Amino acid sequence: MSQNLAVRTPPRPARPPVRKGSRRRRRETLRNLAFLSPWLLGTGLFFFYPLVSSAYYSFTHYDGFGSPTFDGLSNWRFVFSDYPFFWPALRNTLWLVVVMVTLRVIFGLGVGMLVIRLKRGANLFRTLYYAPYLAPPVASTLAFVFLLNPGTGPVNTILGKVGLPEPAWFNDPAWSKPALTLLALWGIGDLMVIFMASLLDVPKEQYEAAQLDGAGPFQQFRFVTLPHLRPILTFAAVTGVIATMQYYTEPLVAGQIASGQIGGSGQQTEPGYPDKSTLTLPQLVYHLGFQRFDIGAACVIALVLFALSMVFAALLMRRGGGFLGNDA
Amino acid sequence: MRITTKVRCAFGVTTALAFTLSVAGCSGSDEGGAKDDPNAKVTITFWHGWSAPNEVKAIQANVATFEKANPNVHVNVVGNITDDKINQALRAGGPKAPDVVSSFTTDNVGQLCSSKAFIDLAPFLKKSNVDPKTTFTATQLEYTQFKGVQCSLPLLGDAYGLYYNKTMFAKAGITRPPRTLSEFDAAAVKLTKSNGTGYSQLGFMPNYHGYESTTTHFNAQWSPKYFDSNGKSSIATDPGIKASFLWQKGLVDKLGGYAKLEKYRTTFGDEFGSKNPFMTGQVAMAIDGEWRAGMIDDSHNGLQYGVAPFPVPDDQAAQYGKGYVSGTIIGIARTSSKQNAAWRFVKYLTTDTKAVVDFANAIHNVPSTQAALASPDVNQNPAFQTFIKIASNPHSVTTPASPNGGTYQLTLQDVGYAYESGKLTDLPQGLGKAAKQIDTDIAQAR
Repeated sequence: MSQNLAVRTPPRPARPPVRKGSRRRRRETLRNLAFLSPWLLGTGLFFFYPLVSSAYYSFTHYDGFGSPTFDGLSNWRFVFSDYPFFWPALRNTLWLVVVMVTLRVIFGLGVGMLVIRLKRGANLFRTLYYAPYLAPPVASTLAFVFLLNPGTGPVNTILGKVGLPEPAWFNDPAWSKPALTLLALWGIGDLMVIFMASLLDVPKEQYEAAQLDGAGPFQQFRFVTLPHLRPILTFAAVTGVIATMQYYTEPLVAGQIASGQIGGSGQQTEPGYPDKSTLTLPQLVYHLGFQRFDIGAACVIALVLFALSMVFAALLMRRGGGFLGNDA
Repeated sequence: MRITTKVRCAFGVTTALAFTLSVAGCSGSDEGGAKDDPNAKVTITFWHGWSAPNEVKAIQANVATFEKANPNVHVNVVGNITDDKINQALRAGGPKAPDVVSSFTTDNVGQLCSSKAFIDLAPFLKKSNVDPKTTFTATQLEYTQFKGVQCSLPLLGDAYGLYYNKTMFAKAGITRPPRTLSEFDAAAVKLTKSNGTGYSQLGFMPNYHGYESTTTHFNAQWSPKYFDSNGKSSIATDPGIKASFLWQKGLVDKLGGYAKLEKYRTTFGDEFGSKNPFMTGQVAMAIDGEWRAGMIDDSHNGLQYGVAPFPVPDDQAAQYGKGYVSGTIIGIARTSSKQNAAWRFVKYLTTDTKAVVDFANAIHNVPSTQAALASPDVNQNPAFQTFIKIASNPHSVTTPASPNGGTYQLTLQDVGYAYESGKLTDLPQGLGKAAKQIDTDIAQAR
């Protein structure tokens, strides 16, 4: 058989040339834009406009009256060199991002694993762990300041009775951030629910297969559970970082109540009690922007926050393989 | 798909932060002056910070009397307003923005005057033949103007003095309130009863978070200068400020030390509630304003108390009777289009002797005009009269206005926190650093 079996590909029929500005193309573009318009509008209004205007105001002197005047890099110099609150606030924010977010993820996962293993009273425990999440931040912070009051709080009363040291919690710079972390761990309900749902989603056959291969509980967790949870862990970490970068109400309320200086008779107070230890960058944005009306400097800090959030989110997404995991 | 998710994530991150970033403000009109018809039928909006029922009732009564006398002006009263809201409304303007604004924070006057958020009242005062120098006390005039611009007027004042528990004094064998700080320290120590690591009774809470135990209130006893003639901070060179810090720290140490006092402080109730430590008998003496006497009387808790001027440094015994003076200020918003009607209302509230006296009596505040201070209708309660005398004392002082509000006071306060806790040991160096910071902050605000 010397017949040449090779089939010659017939020449592809030429596609009709798409002329620029053709009616069909225009219709398609308009339709796509119509579908995209809510997103474009929202992004433009709530992201690009504030971002660009913040960048602009950061180079101006503006107190909210009249027109901003160009001021070069003076706001940037002021914030980084002359403003004594910036570096403590940055350190505190980074401390909370690293410690509080990590502990929240670990604690949320731990509670989720514990609750799904409970044979009895699972619903009660789910409710007990979820309910604090529903408490408004001001109310929960007030409750914690009361519980951890060094002089009259029940926590220190108990610690004293069992002979343990009694920290000053929100009144001690060394303990104020751990106290805030305890408050954040108390409101772990959201993460617990997410982890519970994803833990129940792990195929049982994989655990059975691992058991047949002789894997113990730790190895099952390491090689079966964790890979399945990776996208959820990334999600928890990224949203946790974002929330912590915007951490405002709890440290402000805790600091004000614990300091006893809640305003009145015209007294002015600065955030961060005690000794700037609960100061966070969002508090500075508000303090500079809406109390001192130094809008240029407030914009500098807002831009720093934005840049840090982007860096953290990008790192976590890269390391964590995104919200859909590496298999997606 | 992953790209889309990443984009979505980035969008989530950035959108959430975009709200933080949106700190743009609006600018009001540059036009000042009152071009509105003074006889037109108008409604003006008045913002104030009073919230207690007796205070709200008292201000409403004053407003009602004004409306009766000025039937063409209706006053829309909005109470319980904070300074943050005031500052934002003055910038934003709009139909719901206030025409007349009162604030408890005299510290903001410098900012309100220099930014022209409040209009200059000088032309109105002149037109109405009101001479501020003879109408108001010198100290009150000082905290209502900035660099000669009278952008606000005093609406009742506050004077700070010493409250003491008569029962505790009698038990300790102290026969009269201390007049000098060495007498005061001795009394504070004598009135203090330690209880293990705490106290069953404390003579005085000197820590700077101890409610009205603030740096500025203590400093007043030395009549310090916060700024020199060039507007530069003089806190590092003024001997009074250093002396004030040294005295406070000395008393902290005499009474058991910072940590022990701080722990005791955490057992105190709300400053403005019935669990105030002086009212509960946790402290025997307190520095406080005249309103406290009214609160104690209204609580009917049986507390036997007396009031006196706060003691003075030993080398200034001749000036005994002075104290720190502050108060509520009132002004007209630049954004107001009804400035003539607003002025009539402001003039009534601040200069009508009967209005000032009635309001002062009702809310236990010091009257803010010379005529009202001398009026026989002012509450003749001896406790109240003590504060009237402090407010009228020519040696009494206030804190000066600054273009960035009370920022300089907060910077100084930080020195106090660091020094009392032992974190700062070199006081002159700390004050020098704070002075530089104050100058930097003011330069940044300009």
